[in-house]
Amino acid sequence: MRELALHLLDITENSVSAKADTIRILVEEDHAADRLKICVEDNGSGMSAEMVARVTDPFVTSRTTRKVGLGIPLLKAAAEACNGSLTIQSTLGKGTWVTVEFQQSHIDRMPLGNLASTILTLVIGSPEIHWIFNYTVDHQTYEFDNEPVKEVLGDLALTDPTVLGYLRESLETGIASLNGTA
Amino acid sequence: MVDKVKTLEDLRKLREDALEKRRVKSASGQIQIVVGMGTVGIAAGARETLKAILDYIEQESLSDVIVRQTGNIGLDSWEPIVQVTVGENPKVTYGKVSPDVARRIMKDHIVGGQVVKEFAIEA
Repeated sequence: MRELALHLLDITENSVSAKADTIRILVEEDHAADRLKICVEDNGSGMSAEMVARVTDPFVTSRTTRKVGLGIPLLKAAAEACNGSLTIQSTLGKGTWVTVEFQQSHIDRMPLGNLASTILTLVIGSPEIHWIFNYTVDHQTYEFDNEPVKEVLGDLALTDPTVLGYLRESLETGIASLNGTA
Repeated sequence: MVDKVKTLEDLRKLREDALEKRRVKSASGQIQIVVGMGTVGIAAGARETLKAILDYIEQESLSDVIVRQTGNIGLDSWEPIVQVTVGENPKVTYGKVSPDVARRIMKDHIVGGQVVKEFAIEA
């Protein structure tokens, strides 16, 4: 994958599969500290300590359709190649917290990519989940929360063309307004 | 910080307009589109495929189309995979759906009612 936003989409799919009903995504760029941090926090089914310890091994997955899961190991390798790290904290029945960090200026750090498209995919694709997206660039923050949007819409679908336009524009302009690297 | 109160007010107005339009249109049955969003699908371009579908809905003002994502469908070599269900008709599974193919599916199948056989995977 060529974008961190695609990796973010990929690891967040784990939270969706873990039947989370609230998923919080934090993306933080701090130029002074030269760090780029991405966190995905869910209240899904969680993992045992043993599973967490083994999850970064490419030959471990909870999926049954195919035996090899590569999402987390690929992202971990990418972070470690950029003076960064990937950590997972998880409690069975409570949820999982994945944090990945990079040296912002590292030559090998892949671009953040299209964050708006990733968030739109999640919000549209799994509308029953409460999504909280928080993007911070040097202490300026943009937040998107789909709960107030759903309250306004009532039974009108998120894929109604006018609603789609509203969501796409809100995310694109909100993210672009921070002048980050996305 | 974006003024959320104002934008939600905008959304309220949009909702009224949309409901008004929906009343005018007679639904030809609900259309559901599901895009596979597992690791392999994402690596093969599923996010761009989904984006092409959403952009088509927005540009052509298509109503009554529901778009969802799902995890790994189990047909890795065919990713990105898109499944289309129109009303009571059986589900059609499409493979290797690039954004271009997605736009063709939208035009021919969703709007025109003709299955794009070239990219349909036999059940």
